[in-house]
Amino acid sequence: MSPQFLFTIEVIANGLMAGVMYSLVALGFVLIFKASGIFNYAQGVMALFAAMTLVGIQNGQVPFSHLINAVFGTNIHHFGWNLPAIVAILITLVVMVLFAILVERLILKHLVNQEPIILFMATIGLAYFMEGFGDLMWGSEIKILDVGIPSGGSLWLEEKTIGWAAEGSNYYGMYIDKLDMIATVVAILLVISLTLFSQYTKTGRALRAVADDHQAALSVGISLRKIWVIVWTIAGFVALVAGVMWGAKSGVQFSLSLIALKALPVLILGGFTSIPGAIIGGLIIGVGEKLFEFTIGPLIGGATENWFAYVLALVFLVFRPQGLFGDKIIERV
Amino acid sequence: MKKLKIAALASLVCASGLLMSVPATADLVFPSLSYRTGPYAVNGIPYADGYADYMTLVNERDGGIGGEKAQILECETGYNTQKGVECYESTKGQGALVYHPLSTGITYQLIPKATADGIPIHSMGYGRTSAANGKIFDHIFNYPANYWNGASHAVNHMLEVNGGDIKGKKVALVYHNSAYGKEPIRTLEELAAKHGYSLTLIPVDHPGQEQKSQWLQIRRERPDYVVLWGWGVMNQVAIQEAANIRFPMENFIGVWWSGSENDVKPAGPKANGYKALTFHDVGTNFPVFEDLQKYVVDAGKAAGNGDQVGTVLYNRGFYAGFLTVEAAKLAQEIHGTKDITPAMMRDGMEALKVDADLMAAAGLPGFGPEFEVSCDNHGGPGLGAVQQWDAASGSWKLLSDYAESDMSVIQPLIDEDSAGFAAENNIEARNCG
Repeated sequence: MSPQFLFTIEVIANGLMAGVMYSLVALGFVLIFKASGIFNYAQGVMALFAAMTLVGIQNGQVPFSHLINAVFGTNIHHFGWNLPAIVAILITLVVMVLFAILVERLILKHLVNQEPIILFMATIGLAYFMEGFGDLMWGSEIKILDVGIPSGGSLWLEEKTIGWAAEGSNYYGMYIDKLDMIATVVAILLVISLTLFSQYTKTGRALRAVADDHQAALSVGISLRKIWVIVWTIAGFVALVAGVMWGAKSGVQFSLSLIALKALPVLILGGFTSIPGAIIGGLIIGVGEKLFEFTIGPLIGGATENWFAYVLALVFLVFRPQGLFGDKIIERV
Repeated sequence: MKKLKIAALASLVCASGLLMSVPATADLVFPSLSYRTGPYAVNGIPYADGYADYMTLVNERDGGIGGEKAQILECETGYNTQKGVECYESTKGQGALVYHPLSTGITYQLIPKATADGIPIHSMGYGRTSAANGKIFDHIFNYPANYWNGASHAVNHMLEVNGGDIKGKKVALVYHNSAYGKEPIRTLEELAAKHGYSLTLIPVDHPGQEQKSQWLQIRRERPDYVVLWGWGVMNQVAIQEAANIRFPMENFIGVWWSGSENDVKPAGPKANGYKALTFHDVGTNFPVFEDLQKYVVDAGKAAGNGDQVGTVLYNRGFYAGFLTVEAAKLAQEIHGTKDITPAMMRDGMEALKVDADLMAAAGLPGFGPEFEVSCDNHGGPGLGAVQQWDAASGSWKLLSDYAESDMSVIQPLIDEDSAGFAAENNIEARNCG
């Protein structure tokens, strides 16, 4: 095979992997929008907060230590432990459950029956509050996330594929990051779990009922408040997964909250209410932007990925405003 | 009655705000346009702390500058150009002597404003490179080095390790796709023509969290050297991706804004050997840091909690403080008054001469290059060094002395760009004698 053809395959494979990473972020948006009609602007910050909490707990960092030291004149920073990753993840999940309960009690409960734009604005406020709260709680320095996920190109794959090109050609084997491979497996497991949960559990069916029709769900005794707590908890869990995968690349820092920007074209393309849509949308965006950068990018100066993802999404929007898998909204006058 | 209460409360709030922000009349006021929030806070905090701590040290140890207390007026920009301009407008009337905008975007916006207001700007290692031409930019200073010096230092290092010949070598520039990131392109192109290497330009869009395409391209094209011109998360991701594709770290050279501990630590041991340019030393192995510990950190007067002292960006802010204080002292000396004005401060900056004796006297022997500022040269000779990351010890090591950049290539570029600025803005070149 020609190296150029193999490079194209490599770009597509890496585009698919990048798409999975985008989908991980988009899933959190879909879950909340599907169950409550809220576009959660704070989803990116939730990923950041969850990852900060995970690293803080794992490293035994004292939360609010700067504040405590400033007020009481102490000099405490660490509890002196280093927890195994799995324990830290479980404790972080508990924190995200508490977070979901607080969001419901302090924000959503008071905004029942409000316009979607009001709820959207409430999540903007939540995002900015959490940015500051996260910094206050865990500090703003870059945190190194180590939960044992390997990174770097797979040597095994490179060795297996190096012979695919003719000998003497400028080809060094197929490159795929091990972190991306793991993210793909995690995303697959996540989607299967979410699907099984929503199809085969009583709570899952209640979630679907609320998603279909709030009023009807309330009339058969489903507690909307309880469902909101569950949905925000699951979204918090998805945010943790996304935060871990992205944070493993760059360290846990403020910029992690900006990964939400990568999820928006995925949502436009896949639809705001479809879990498979988030996955397929992510894959299309990932492959589309990488292929465009590979083929057209060099001709127009490169750095095309950010804007091309939105252009691609807008093209889809023209033909399918509800996205590929979104629910078609028909309002009769 | 309720309205009256609200009005009274509002007045109280305004009055207390004024009380907090207006410095005592005799203070020497140094605004600090810092960014402690937002995506670049992790870099902005140590720099702002270093700058503030140097001023606190001078106040606590020496009783101020020539007997006048130095006061920092900190204003949060969030690394946002618009906010930076607002900070300038809100602080310039409070006796501001010199601004460190700490952002190329903010610097560009402030150049005409500060020039019109007669307040000097010091953009140390950033900003508009051609501002080094003091005949055109009479209030703007960018000593001790600028971006184009940096590009030349990177090429000089390649020349040094290749016995002076890099003809036929492939060099890739991975840069932040912004005015800042594009600064070195022209210089690297001119140097490519001179030394015969090929240059590939690889832009990365803000914020740079995802760089898979760029590093796949590098893996395909196998350049001999990669020069990194990034900021914030772009640096961490670039170094991680370079490690992932097993690009040799000793052939990976970042500009000084891509060379802090924050940039290399997330990649762990795989970042070992990464190189970065610098115009000052790192660590705390200088006498002044003992004073800092005694008078500032232990006294509970540090801007941060003291754990950043000695890091690259803290030391850069500290160094900016040192250069500012020395220029202020010189201004006092030239004009024979302790209570200097921005115009006097400008004169002090223009007469600044940093030599070994001055640095040693300040407890910073050999901390930075020796240089001299003049009426026509606001950038100094553009000396710089290369440092290398040692992952095992978690520290940077200086690989070289502070060396000269290729001014035979850079000076014509400075002259051309500044002449263009002068023509656009109807500025007549000063006569520097």
